Parts: sequence; structure tokens; C-alpha cells
Amino acid sequence: MKTFQGRALTGGAWKGEAIVSRQGVNTLATFQKSALMKAKEVVAADQNNPDLYGKVITGKALCLPQTIGSTTGGLVIQTGCYMKAHPAVFLFSEHIDSLAASGIVLARVWENSDVIAVDQLGQDFLDAVKTGDTVEVQDDGTVTIG
Amino acid sequence: MAEYKMRLTGEQQAILDGAQGETMAKVMKTVVMFGDIFGAKRLVPVTHKSGHLVTSFGIGLLKPLYKTMDELIDAGIKVQGDFTVDPRPIDYKNVKCSPLEKLLFNKLLYSRQNDYEQQLQKVGIKNKNGFTCACYLPEVGNTPKEGNILSWAESSAVVFANSVLGARCNRNSGMLDLFGSVLGLVPEFGLLTDEGRKASWRVTLKTTRKPTAQVLGSAIGMRVMEAVPYVFGLDEYLGTELNDETMAYLKDFGAATASNGAVGLYHINNLTPEAKRLGEELIRPDAKEYIIDDAELERVMQSYPVMWKNPAAKPGMCFIGCPHASFGQLKEWTENIESGLRDTGRKAVSITTIFTTAPDVAEAFRQSEYYPRLMATGAKLTSICPLMYTNNPLTKKHNIATNSNKLRTYSASRFYEDADLLGIIVGKGERK
Repeated sequence: MKTFQGRALTGGAWKGEAIVSRQGVNTLATFQKSALMKAKEVVAADQNNPDLYGKVITGKALCLPQTIGSTTGGLVIQTGCYMKAHPAVFLFSEHIDSLAASGIVLARVWENSDVIAVDQLGQDFLDAVKTGDTVEVQDDGTVTIG
Repeated sequence: MAEYKMRLTGEQQAILDGAQGETMAKVMKTVVMFGDIFGAKRLVPVTHKSGHLVTSFGIGLLKPLYKTMDELIDAGIKVQGDFTVDPRPIDYKNVKCSPLEKLLFNKLLYSRQNDYEQQLQKVGIKNKNGFTCACYLPEVGNTPKEGNILSWAESSAVVFANSVLGARCNRNSGMLDLFGSVLGLVPEFGLLTDEGRKASWRVTLKTTRKPTAQVLGSAIGMRVMEAVPYVFGLDEYLGTELNDETMAYLKDFGAATASNGAVGLYHINNLTPEAKRLGEELIRPDAKEYIIDDAELERVMQSYPVMWKNPAAKPGMCFIGCPHASFGQLKEWTENIESGLRDTGRKAVSITTIFTTAPDVAEAFRQSEYYPRLMATGAKLTSICPLMYTNNPLTKKHNIATNSNKLRTYSASRFYEDADLLGIIVGKGERK
């Protein structure tokens, strides 16, 4: 078991499966196909992200450095939360980027979403966590793998 | 509301507390929460009053967007100045679609387009031509000055405004762009601060020829992600003065840095305004190094996956103008296609060739001698967003080619450098 301390941006306790991207997650490219198809689960569609491509991210703990790409990113996360198709938890190894931060805030303020976000978990966290691992998140931003 | 760390003025606190209604309080709460995440100590005035929004498309699915817009409109809320917005998604006149594609666009994908455009009018869009990702082009006129503080989104526009115009804007997301324009305030952090505009990457160009803007930008974006790069060596190819040609190059370069990574600001030694003024003072002492030579650009190009069903297939369609092409780029492509057709002995382009540009640029271009010449080649001119067009899964069968790394990233389009794309367009190597 390994424990990491991050900053709880939108707190909450949660336990479930991790899905990991070692590279920045392009939110629009990841979500757009499933969103357009009105799918109940988001299957990551970013051709440039082999870690996530073709995998379901809905209801999981998405572990990533940051998000990248189009500035629609925040609205895409908000929409994902509105549709209840979002990752249950965002676990950022780095400081959250402005697009993901927008999405998390928009989801909280305008959708009353329960999406959980923790950032600044560190590179060691991203090195340690693997897709399929069980992660447990505490209100205070503590994340335990395994 | 005491949980917020940001220091607000009495007036700002009153808005947060509901003095201007519940909806304005939610707008303020969103902006303050967002700023708090980044340690912003205060809100600062937006000094360029024309905003730019990223969300231009009425995708039925974006229900939170329409709901929020309705809430703003019902509360009588508008932006303080005006705004432009990204391009419209469809133009059946110039971008032909099959009946099935039209059905998909009208009924499934962009079913809320007309409603959404009415919402945009009600909250303050500049005019009917205000639909472009390249709002800073002179014909459009949403062109901030150095030092202006903006509330913009659209990654390619933000990186251009910051880097080439010297304005100050964070990489805002959709809705935050609008909220900043409504409040006339944005949180002060990141690219709004002198410290946040310093480079943490020193990029040195060691190529034997002028790099393709979209490939160089892609390489840098993929490497530095959201950091600020300071680029040496590009001035040898672009010169030291910003003109239409260099600005068009930097437009495409920046779009690739922003879409293949998350760059919001870059500095080009001896060329972009802050680099000219401050030089290497802009580089952090602990900046990382990235050296780019011909082999590195080739490696990056080879890393692009080909998403066509049959990678060996011939392209059936191409888009040029993502971000929207400048007048000069349209003129140059017109001349190149004419010249290429003369070489191949063809009268018209060999594949469906679509140029995308801002409505105002298109209007100016239509008045020029080049428009009939471009039309005579069989190419089309439109003002849509090619990305929005390619959102339609049916477009996969078209085997779309493009010289845009942004379009490649978000669609199944295949990237070609300009010379190769021109060869395809004019049917080089094909039998007539």
C-alpha cells in the first residue's frame, strides 16, 4: 500500500478503480466521440494517447499529470458531469491546469456535481499507480493505492 | 462566503453575496473559486472589452451550456463590451454534405445551432460576422494591444494574443471566457503576471531549413506541455519584424503548440514583443533545454498516427485554414494552386479542396482579384470550423487531408506539409 498527499480541490471520499494516463489528457479529444454519440460511458477517443485510447473512463479515478488541448475542455468536463458520464475522481500529479479547473468549478457551481478532484500528488504518485489498481481517496486529499 | 481566499473589493463581495441577483452571484462564485485554485490574490479589470468565446457550436448534447445561457439571459445579464466566437460548424453551400450527413448534422449534432446563436446575440456577440477562431486578424478587428488584459478562450487565439500581440490572458475554458466578460474582471494569476510569463523551456532551433510552422509547434507543444517556451533560431528564418507573413506563420505555429500541448504563451527571440523588449531576462534560471533539428522534426511527424481505415488510400478531401487562414495565406495558396495546376496540366483541383477563413476575411477576399482565380481552380471558400465538420463520424470515409496539426489532433484527418498537400491538390504524379 502506498499513500500520497495531495491538495483536495473538491473534496470527497471515494474508493474504486484507477485509469492512468502518463501524458497530458486532451479533454476534448478524449470525450468528444462518446459525448457526440450520447454514450452513457465515455470511451477515451484520443488517438494520441495510447494509455487511455479505447478505455472506459466513466466512474473511475482518472490519474493524470494535467489536461491539455482545446479550451472547450472545461465545458466538456462540465457536460460530462451533467451527463453523469465523468470520471468519479480526477487525480492530478501536477498542479491542476486552468481548463480542468474550470470544468471542476463549473460542475460544482452550476451542476451541483459531486466530482472529486485532488491535485499536486506528485510524479511519484503517477509512477506508482497503474490502470486497474484500486485507489482510495480521502476528504483531505490523501490517496492510497492498493 | 468566508471560505474564499481571494481579496475582494466591497462591490465584488456584494455581487458574490447576491446584491445583483442569484445568477450574478453564481458567475462571481465560479470566477472566484477558479482564481482561488491558482492562488490569485485579486480580480483585475478586463481592459480589452471585446471578448472571445470558444463555444460556437450548438451541439444538442451541451445542455449545461444552454441552461446557463438561459439563466444569464433571464437575469438580463450581458457582457460589458462585445465578443467574437469560434466558427460556425456547417455551411452546406460551400461544404457539400450527403443527405445522411445533413441529417446527422441537423438532427443529432448541431440541432441547437440556431437557438444557440440567438442566445449569443442576447448576451452580446459583436455581429453576424463574429464567428472565427482568428478574431485578431485585421479584417475582423478584435485585436488587443500589448498589455491589455483579456477574457478570451480558444487556445489558438489565446496563444496568439499573448505571444504575438503581447496581451495578457490565461487559457480560459468555455464559460469562464464569458463570465470574465460579464463581470469585466478576471483573476490575476499565471499569464497575467510578469512571473507567469517567464519561460521555463529554452528551445534552440538547429534545422537546415525553415521548419513547417505546424510541425515545429507540435514538437514544442508535445515537449513543454503548458509551460512557456523561449525559442532561439526561428528569427533566422522569420526575420525580426512582425508582418502579415510572420504573423500567419506564428498563428499556425501557436495553434499547434496549444493543441498538441497546452502552450498559452511563447517567446521568439528577437521577434515577439516581450522577447524583443526583455530578451533572455524572460528565461528562468532553471529552464530546461530542448534542441530541435531536422531529425527531431521528422521523428515528430512520423509519430502522428494515421487514422484512416486504409492508410494507403488516396485523400478524397482536404481542409486548409485551421486556424482560419489569413488573407495573405489565401492569396499564396491561390497562386500555388494555379502554378501547380499549370505544372500538372490540370484545369481543376483533383480532390475536394476547402479553404476556411473568417467571414470578414472571406468578404474582403471575395472583393479581390484572387477570389475568382481561386474559384476557377475548383476550390471552395467557407468560414466553418473544419473540426466541427469532422466531428461527424460519416466524414471518416472522405479520407480528409490537412496541413493543420490542430485538426489532425481532433479528428481522423491526416497531416501533410504544405508542399505535399499542394501536390495532392493539383494531382501531381497522377494521370489526367
